[in-house]
Amino acid sequence: MSVTVSPKRLRREFVKKVKELSGQNLQSCYQCGMCSGVCPAAANMDISPRRIIELARLGLEEEIAGSKTVWTCASCLACTVNCPRGFDLSKVMEAIRLLTLRKNIDQIHPEDISPEDRRELPQIAMVSGLRKFTG
Amino acid sequence: MSLAYYPGCTLKTKARNLEEPAVASMEALGFKLDEIPRWNCCGAVYSLADDDLIHQVAPVRNLIRAKEQGKNELVTLCAFCFNTLKRANLLMKDNAEKRDTLNSFMNEEIDYSGEVKVVHLLEVLRDEIGWEALSQKVKLPLRELKAAPYYGCTLLRPREVAIDSVEDPTILREFLKALGASPVDFPESTRCCGSYQIVSSPDDISEYARPILNSALRHGAEALVLTCPLCDYNLGRGQKELMKKQSGLREMPLFYFTQLLALALGLDPQVCHFELNHGSPESLLKERNLLSQSRSVQPIGG
Repeated sequence: MSVTVSPKRLRREFVKKVKELSGQNLQSCYQCGMCSGVCPAAANMDISPRRIIELARLGLEEEIAGSKTVWTCASCLACTVNCPRGFDLSKVMEAIRLLTLRKNIDQIHPEDISPEDRRELPQIAMVSGLRKFTG
Repeated sequence: MSLAYYPGCTLKTKARNLEEPAVASMEALGFKLDEIPRWNCCGAVYSLADDDLIHQVAPVRNLIRAKEQGKNELVTLCAFCFNTLKRANLLMKDNAEKRDTLNSFMNEEIDYSGEVKVVHLLEVLRDEIGWEALSQKVKLPLRELKAAPYYGCTLLRPREVAIDSVEDPTILREFLKALGASPVDFPESTRCCGSYQIVSSPDDISEYARPILNSALRHGAEALVLTCPLCDYNLGRGQKELMKKQSGLREMPLFYFTQLLALALGLDPQVCHFELNHGSPESLLKERNLLSQSRSVQPIGG
C-alpha cells in the first residue's frame, strides 16, 4: 500500500495537530486583531498574533515554524482574557511551540545561559524557561 | 489558626524577602502558615497543551499533600505557584477523564478530585481577615508612601483563576489603604514584565520594564508594590539597564506587599530582608520616617 504525501495533506495534518493540542477551534477567530493590540510582546514579533491564527488555519506550517513569534510569546494571557470570541490564543502558541520542541529542536541550551544568570535567576524563571524552550 | 501553606522553590532562596515577612505578619495577625509536608516544585508554568498530562503530576501531588493533612484550603504566596496549582486543581475538578488518568498514574497516592481550594495570601487578608480588621492591627501607618500596585499576570489571568477583577483589580489598592499608604493607580499595572523571556532573550527585558516603570512614574508613584519574584527580578534588572541607557532616570524602589505588611504591623524590619530588594527601598523608607520609627511603634491615628 502506498501513501501519497501531498502539500494539501500535510497542511491538513498540521491544522489537525494544532487543534488537538490546543483544544481551540481555529475557525472561531474573526480576525479583529484584539490579540495583537493587547500583546505586550507584539513589537518584538515578526508575525503578529492575529496573523499566526490566520496562517495556522491555512496550514502554513513552514511560515509559522520559521517565525520567531511563538518564541517571543511570554504566555501572559492578555490575548486570552481580551478575545471577544473566547478563543485561547495562548494554547495555540503552546501547540505550535510543542510541534517544534517534540522534534527535539530546542530553542535554548542550559550551557549557553551565563554562569551569572544561572546563579541569579529565580528558580521560577529557570524552570519555566526550560519548560517553554526545550522538549 | 493554622493554614496549610505551599511556599515553592523561589521563596526559600531568592525571594526570602517575600516569604519571611509574610510568615511573621500572619503570626502577628493570629495565623500560622503551616508548610505542607514533602512539597515539591509545582512546575512553575501550567501546561497549556491538552495532551500534556505528565506536567500536571507535580502540582497535583502538592494538592494531595494538603488533602492528606485534612485541609480544604491551601494558601500560596508566589504568584507563579498560585497560578499553576489553581489551574491544575480546576483540571482535576472539572475534567473527569484527565482526573481518572492522573489518579491511576499516581496509584501510590490517594485519589484526588479538586477538593482543596487554592487561595493566595492576599485573598486570606481580604476574605478571612478583612481590610477593616487589618487596618486596626496597623501600628505604623505607611503615611505619605506613594506606592503603585503592580499585579503582573498570574494572579489575574486566565479569568477562571483571577483573585480579583481582571480589568480593574483593586485588591492591592485596598490592601495598601488598610496599611495607611497612598496607593497610586496606573494603567500598566497588569502588563507583563516579560516573564520567562528573561531566560531566552535577556536583552529584551528592559523594553518590557520601560512602559511599566514610565507609567508608574508619570502617575506619581515613588515605589512599586509586587507579588511575584519573577516580576521583581525582571523589573529590577530591566530598570538597571534602562538607567544605563537613559541618564537622569530615578531608580524606583520595588517592594513585596508582604514587606509593607510587616512594616505596618510594627515588626522588626530585619524580617523584611530589604538587602535582597532592588532599588534601595531603605533610603525611601528612612526619608518617610518609616524605618527609624518602626521600633518605637506609633498607634494608628496618632
